[in-house]
Amino acid sequence: MAATSRAAHAHRKVRTPGGRRRRRSPGQLIVQAAGELLITLGLLLVLYVAWELWWTNIDANNKQEQAVGNLFSEFDGPVAPAPEAADSAPDYGDPVVLPAIQQEGRTFAVVYIPRFGETYSRPVTSGVGTAVLDSLGLGHYPSTAMPGEIGNFALAGHRQTHGQVLDAIHTLVPGDKIYVQTKDGYYTYVYRNNQIVLPDRVDVIAPVPTQPGAVPTERFLTLTSCNPRFGAEERIIAYAAMDAWQPLSAGPPAEIAAQVAHNAEGAK
Amino acid sequence: MYAWIFRNLPGPLWMRILTALVLIAGVVLLLMNYVFPWFSEFSFLNPLTDSTIGGS
Repeated sequence: MAATSRAAHAHRKVRTPGGRRRRRSPGQLIVQAAGELLITLGLLLVLYVAWELWWTNIDANNKQEQAVGNLFSEFDGPVAPAPEAADSAPDYGDPVVLPAIQQEGRTFAVVYIPRFGETYSRPVTSGVGTAVLDSLGLGHYPSTAMPGEIGNFALAGHRQTHGQVLDAIHTLVPGDKIYVQTKDGYYTYVYRNNQIVLPDRVDVIAPVPTQPGAVPTERFLTLTSCNPRFGAEERIIAYAAMDAWQPLSAGPPAEIAAQVAHNAEGAK
Repeated sequence: MYAWIFRNLPGPLWMRILTALVLIAGVVLLLMNYVFPWFSEFSFLNPLTDSTIGGS
Protein backbone atom coordinates (compact mmCIF):
# COMPACT_ATOMS: atom_id res chain seq x y z
CA MET A 1 0.00 0.00 0.00
CA ALA A 2 2.65 2.44 1.05
CA ALA A 3 4.79 1.30 -1.84
CA THR A 4 2.08 1.91 -4.39
CA SER A 5 1.27 5.36 -3.03
CA ARG A 6 4.92 6.27 -3.12
CA ALA A 7 5.08 4.98 -6.67
CA ALA A 8 2.05 7.08 -7.58
CA HIS A 9 3.62 10.10 -5.93
CA ALA A 10 6.86 9.53 -7.78
CA HIS A 11 4.88 9.08 -10.96
CA ARG A 12 3.29 12.52 -10.54
CA LYS A 13 6.64 14.11 -10.00
CA VAL A 14 8.02 12.62 -13.20
CA ARG A 15 5.08 14.25 -14.98
CA THR A 16 2.62 12.14 -16.87
CA PRO A 17 2.79 12.63 -20.60
CA GLY A 18 -1.00 12.61 -20.69
CA GLY A 19 -1.34 15.05 -17.78
CA ARG A 20 -3.19 18.23 -18.58
CA ARG A 21 -0.71 20.78 -17.44
CA ARG A 22 2.75 19.50 -16.93
CA ARG A 23 5.20 21.23 -14.70
CA ARG A 24 8.26 21.98 -16.74
CA SER A 25 11.86 21.98 -15.68
CA PRO A 26 13.81 25.23 -16.15
CA GLY A 27 15.59 23.67 -19.11
CA GLN A 28 12.33 22.94 -20.85
CA LEU A 29 11.05 26.44 -20.12
CA ILE A 30 14.14 27.98 -21.70
CA VAL A 31 13.84 25.77 -24.78
CA GLN A 32 10.17 26.62 -25.09
CA ALA A 33 10.77 30.35 -24.78
CA ALA A 34 13.56 30.18 -27.35
CA GLY A 35 11.30 28.23 -29.70
CA GLU A 36 8.51 30.77 -29.43
CA LEU A 37 11.00 33.58 -29.96
CA LEU A 38 12.28 31.94 -33.14
CA ILE A 39 8.76 31.37 -34.46
CA THR A 40 7.97 35.02 -33.71
CA LEU A 41 11.08 36.17 -35.56
CA GLY A 42 10.16 34.00 -38.52
CA LEU A 43 6.66 35.43 -38.65
CA LEU A 44 8.07 38.97 -38.38
CA LEU A 45 10.34 38.36 -41.35
CA VAL A 46 7.49 36.96 -43.44
CA LEU A 47 5.36 39.96 -42.49
CA TYR A 48 8.17 42.36 -43.36
CA VAL A 49 8.48 40.85 -46.81
CA ALA A 50 4.71 41.11 -47.22
CA TRP A 51 4.88 44.76 -46.18
CA GLU A 52 7.73 45.51 -48.54
CA LEU A 53 6.40 43.74 -51.62
CA TRP A 54 2.68 44.28 -51.20
CA TRP A 55 1.63 46.83 -48.60
CA THR A 56 4.00 49.56 -49.79
CA ASN A 57 2.46 49.31 -53.27
CA ILE A 58 -1.08 49.85 -52.02
CA ASP A 59 0.08 52.81 -49.96
CA ALA A 60 2.13 54.39 -52.74
CA ASN A 61 -0.49 53.80 -55.44
CA ASN A 62 -3.05 55.70 -53.38
CA LYS A 63 -0.68 58.61 -52.80
CA GLN A 64 0.28 58.72 -56.48
CA GLU A 65 -3.31 58.72 -57.64
CA GLN A 66 -3.95 61.58 -55.24
CA ALA A 67 -0.91 63.49 -56.52
CA VAL A 68 -2.07 63.09 -60.13
CA GLY A 69 -5.53 64.27 -59.10
CA ASN A 70 -4.13 67.33 -57.32
CA LEU A 71 -1.95 68.23 -60.27
CA PHE A 72 -4.83 67.82 -62.71
CA SER A 73 -6.91 70.31 -60.77
CA GLU A 74 -4.26 72.90 -61.80
CA PHE A 75 -4.49 71.94 -65.48
CA ASP A 76 -6.95 73.37 -67.90
CA GLY A 77 -7.42 72.34 -71.50
CA PRO A 78 -9.59 69.92 -73.42
CA VAL A 79 -9.29 66.24 -72.62
CA ALA A 80 -10.73 65.11 -75.95
CA PRO A 81 -7.98 64.07 -78.36
CA ALA A 82 -6.83 66.53 -80.98
CA PRO A 83 -8.73 65.98 -84.25
CA GLU A 84 -6.52 64.11 -86.67
CA ALA A 85 -5.19 66.71 -89.12
CA ALA A 86 -5.82 65.88 -92.74
CA ASP A 87 -2.32 66.39 -94.06
CA SER A 88 0.21 66.61 -91.28
CA ALA A 89 0.31 67.37 -87.59
CA PRO A 90 0.32 71.13 -86.94
CA ASP A 91 3.65 72.59 -85.92
CA TYR A 92 3.51 74.21 -82.53
CA GLY A 93 7.06 75.54 -82.63
CA ASP A 94 9.55 75.12 -79.83
CA PRO A 95 8.11 73.52 -76.71
CA VAL A 96 7.26 75.66 -73.73
CA VAL A 97 9.50 74.65 -70.83
CA LEU A 98 8.61 74.85 -67.14
CA PRO A 99 11.01 76.88 -65.02
CA ALA A 100 13.31 74.71 -62.92
CA ILE A 101 11.86 73.69 -59.56
CA GLN A 102 14.18 73.99 -56.58
CA GLN A 103 11.78 72.83 -53.92
CA GLU A 104 11.94 69.07 -53.37
CA GLY A 105 8.66 67.20 -53.28
CA ARG A 106 6.66 69.28 -55.76
CA THR A 107 4.69 67.26 -58.29
CA PHE A 108 4.82 68.98 -61.67
CA ALA A 109 4.17 66.45 -64.43
CA VAL A 110 2.44 63.19 -65.31
CA VAL A 111 4.09 60.43 -67.32
CA TYR A 112 2.15 58.05 -69.57
CA ILE A 113 3.78 54.91 -70.93
CA PRO A 114 1.24 52.86 -72.92
CA ARG A 115 3.67 49.91 -73.07
CA PHE A 116 3.23 49.55 -69.29
CA GLY A 117 -0.54 49.38 -69.69
CA GLU A 118 -3.28 51.61 -71.06
CA THR A 119 -3.97 53.03 -67.64
CA TYR A 120 -0.34 53.71 -66.74
CA SER A 121 -0.02 57.31 -65.58
CA ARG A 122 2.30 58.37 -62.79
CA PRO A 123 3.14 61.71 -61.20
CA VAL A 124 6.62 63.22 -61.51
CA THR A 125 7.92 64.95 -58.41
CA SER A 126 11.08 66.99 -57.98
CA GLY A 127 13.85 65.26 -56.03
CA VAL A 128 15.08 61.68 -55.84
CA GLY A 129 15.23 61.23 -52.06
CA THR A 130 13.44 58.33 -50.42
CA ALA A 131 10.65 60.64 -49.27
CA VAL A 132 9.76 61.24 -52.92
CA LEU A 133 10.50 57.84 -54.43
CA ASP A 134 8.93 55.81 -51.62
CA SER A 135 5.55 57.41 -51.94
CA LEU A 136 5.20 59.52 -55.07
CA GLY A 137 6.79 57.24 -57.63
CA LEU A 138 8.90 58.99 -60.24
CA GLY A 139 11.45 61.49 -58.98
CA HIS A 140 13.15 64.13 -61.11
CA TYR A 141 16.91 64.53 -60.70
CA PRO A 142 16.94 68.22 -59.71
CA SER A 143 20.06 69.15 -61.68
CA THR A 144 18.70 67.82 -64.97
CA ALA A 145 16.54 69.43 -67.65
CA MET A 146 12.78 69.98 -67.43
CA PRO A 147 10.36 68.31 -69.90
CA GLY A 148 10.87 69.62 -73.39
CA GLU A 149 14.10 71.40 -72.50
CA ILE A 150 17.24 70.75 -74.52
CA GLY A 151 19.30 68.39 -72.39
CA ASN A 152 18.32 65.39 -70.31
CA PHE A 153 15.04 65.13 -68.39
CA ALA A 154 16.12 62.36 -65.99
CA LEU A 155 13.79 60.41 -63.70
CA ALA A 156 14.27 57.69 -61.11
CA GLY A 157 11.65 55.19 -59.98
CA HIS A 158 11.39 51.94 -58.05
CA ARG A 159 11.44 48.65 -59.93
CA GLN A 160 9.90 46.88 -56.95
CA THR A 161 7.96 48.06 -53.87
CA HIS A 162 6.43 51.48 -53.17
CA GLY A 163 4.25 51.47 -56.27
CA GLN A 164 6.97 49.87 -58.45
CA VAL A 165 6.51 52.51 -61.11
CA LEU A 166 9.23 51.15 -63.38
CA ASP A 167 8.67 47.43 -62.84
CA ALA A 168 8.18 46.84 -66.57
CA ILE A 169 11.08 49.02 -67.74
CA HIS A 170 12.74 46.05 -69.45
CA THR A 171 9.67 45.49 -71.67
CA LEU A 172 10.06 48.79 -73.55
CA VAL A 173 10.60 48.30 -77.26
CA PRO A 174 12.47 50.87 -79.39
CA GLY A 175 9.88 53.22 -80.86
CA ASP A 176 7.60 53.08 -77.80
CA LYS A 177 6.14 56.42 -76.82
CA ILE A 178 6.67 57.99 -73.44
CA TYR A 179 4.32 60.95 -72.92
CA VAL A 180 4.97 63.68 -70.38
CA GLN A 181 2.21 66.11 -69.51
CA THR A 182 2.78 69.39 -67.67
CA LYS A 183 0.59 72.44 -67.26
CA ASP A 184 2.06 73.69 -70.55
CA GLY A 185 1.48 70.72 -72.81
CA TYR A 186 2.27 67.19 -73.90
CA TYR A 187 5.83 66.16 -74.72
CA THR A 188 6.16 62.95 -76.70
CA TYR A 189 9.41 61.07 -76.24
CA VAL A 190 10.39 57.98 -78.20
CA TYR A 191 12.22 55.18 -76.45
CA ARG A 192 15.52 54.22 -78.03
CA ASN A 193 17.46 51.71 -75.97
CA ASN A 194 18.38 50.59 -72.50
CA GLN A 195 21.60 49.89 -70.71
CA ILE A 196 22.57 48.13 -67.51
CA VAL A 197 25.23 49.94 -65.51
CA LEU A 198 26.75 50.05 -62.03
CA PRO A 199 25.19 52.50 -59.56
CA ASP A 200 28.09 54.99 -59.75
CA ARG A 201 27.58 55.82 -63.44
CA VAL A 202 26.34 59.39 -62.99
CA ASP A 203 27.12 60.13 -66.62
CA VAL A 204 23.89 58.44 -67.72
CA ILE A 205 21.97 61.49 -66.53
CA ALA A 206 24.38 63.98 -68.13
CA PRO A 207 22.80 66.51 -70.56
CA VAL A 208 23.94 64.18 -73.32
CA PRO A 209 23.58 60.74 -71.71
CA THR A 210 26.93 58.94 -71.16
CA GLN A 211 28.87 61.92 -72.61
CA PRO A 212 29.57 64.23 -69.67
CA GLY A 213 30.68 67.66 -70.82
CA ALA A 214 29.12 67.39 -74.25
CA VAL A 215 26.83 70.25 -75.26
CA PRO A 216 23.32 68.92 -75.89
CA THR A 217 21.35 69.72 -79.02
CA GLU A 218 18.57 67.18 -78.46
CA ARG A 219 15.86 66.75 -75.85
CA PHE A 220 16.40 63.48 -73.99
CA LEU A 221 14.45 61.60 -71.36
CA THR A 222 16.27 59.09 -69.16
CA LEU A 223 14.67 56.67 -66.73
CA THR A 224 16.75 54.98 -64.04
CA SER A 225 15.66 52.04 -61.92
CA CYS A 226 17.23 49.15 -60.06
CA ASN A 227 18.42 45.98 -61.66
CA PRO A 228 17.96 43.05 -61.40
CA ARG A 229 14.33 42.92 -60.35
CA PHE A 230 14.21 42.27 -56.60
CA GLY A 231 17.78 43.49 -56.30
CA ALA A 232 19.80 46.67 -56.55
CA GLU A 233 23.34 45.66 -57.47
CA GLU A 234 23.02 47.44 -60.80
CA ARG A 235 20.87 50.09 -62.48
CA ILE A 236 18.80 49.72 -65.61
CA ILE A 237 18.68 52.87 -67.70
CA ALA A 238 16.15 53.62 -70.45
CA TYR A 239 16.94 56.34 -72.96
CA ALA A 240 14.39 58.25 -75.03
CA ALA A 241 14.49 61.38 -77.20
CA MET A 242 11.77 63.94 -77.80
CA ASP A 243 9.80 63.64 -80.98
CA ALA A 244 6.84 66.02 -80.74
CA TRP A 245 5.22 68.64 -78.60
CA GLN A 246 1.74 70.10 -78.40
CA PRO A 247 0.22 72.61 -76.00
CA LEU A 248 -2.41 71.53 -73.49
CA SER A 249 -5.01 73.49 -75.45
CA ALA A 250 -4.49 71.20 -78.45
CA GLY A 251 -5.76 68.21 -76.47
CA PRO A 252 -3.92 65.02 -75.59
CA PRO A 253 -2.32 62.70 -78.14
CA ALA A 254 -4.88 60.08 -79.20
CA GLU A 255 -2.99 57.17 -77.64
CA ILE A 256 -3.32 58.53 -74.09
CA ALA A 257 -6.57 60.50 -74.44
CA ALA A 258 -8.64 57.95 -72.52
CA GLN A 259 -6.30 57.98 -69.53
CA VAL A 260 -6.02 61.78 -69.54
CA ALA A 261 -9.82 61.97 -69.47
CA HIS A 262 -9.87 59.46 -66.63
CA ASN A 263 -7.35 61.50 -64.63
CA ALA A 264 -9.30 64.70 -65.25
CA GLU A 265 -12.42 62.91 -64.03
CA GLY A 266 -10.61 61.84 -60.89
CA ALA A 267 -9.50 65.41 -60.18
CA LYS A 268 -13.07 66.69 -59.95
CA MET B 1 4.31 32.88 -23.75
CA TYR B 2 1.47 32.71 -26.25
CA ALA B 3 -0.20 29.89 -24.31
CA TRP B 4 0.08 31.98 -21.17
CA ILE B 5 -1.53 34.99 -22.84
CA PHE B 6 -4.34 32.88 -24.21
CA ARG B 7 -5.00 31.26 -20.83
CA ASN B 8 -5.18 34.67 -19.18
CA LEU B 9 -7.65 36.21 -21.59
CA PRO B 10 -11.03 36.73 -19.93
CA GLY B 11 -14.30 35.18 -20.95
CA PRO B 12 -15.43 31.93 -22.54
CA LEU B 13 -13.50 30.18 -25.28
CA TRP B 14 -15.20 31.92 -28.23
CA MET B 15 -14.53 35.31 -26.70
CA ARG B 16 -10.91 34.46 -26.02
CA ILE B 17 -10.48 33.39 -29.66
CA LEU B 18 -12.07 36.64 -30.79
CA THR B 19 -9.89 38.73 -28.49
CA ALA B 20 -6.81 36.88 -29.70
CA LEU B 21 -7.69 37.61 -33.34
CA VAL B 22 -8.24 41.29 -32.59
CA LEU B 23 -4.90 41.43 -30.76
CA ILE B 24 -3.12 39.78 -33.70
CA ALA B 25 -4.75 42.20 -36.17
CA GLY B 26 -3.70 45.13 -33.97
CA VAL B 27 -0.10 43.95 -33.83
CA VAL B 28 0.00 43.44 -37.62
CA LEU B 29 -1.41 46.93 -38.28
CA LEU B 30 1.07 48.46 -35.85
CA LEU B 31 3.93 46.69 -37.63
CA MET B 32 2.73 47.58 -41.13
CA ASN B 33 2.02 51.24 -40.42
CA TYR B 34 4.74 52.24 -38.02
CA VAL B 35 7.41 49.65 -37.26
CA PHE B 36 8.26 48.49 -40.78
CA PRO B 37 8.37 51.98 -42.34
CA TRP B 38 10.71 53.03 -39.55
CA PHE B 39 12.79 49.89 -39.91
CA SER B 40 13.19 50.34 -43.66
CA GLU B 41 14.91 53.69 -43.12
CA PHE B 42 18.07 51.72 -42.41
CA SER B 43 19.04 51.31 -46.01
CA PHE B 44 21.53 48.51 -45.45
CA LEU B 45 18.58 46.30 -44.62
CA ASN B 46 16.84 47.31 -47.77
CA PRO B 47 18.41 45.70 -50.79
CA LEU B 48 15.45 46.18 -53.13
CA THR B 49 14.73 49.81 -53.33
CA ASP B 50 17.62 52.02 -54.40
CA SER B 51 16.90 53.04 -57.95
CA THR B 52 18.95 56.22 -58.22
CA ILE B 53 22.26 56.88 -59.86
CA GLY B 54 25.21 58.11 -57.85
CA GLY B 55 24.03 56.62 -54.57
CA SER B 56 21.77 58.89 -52.59
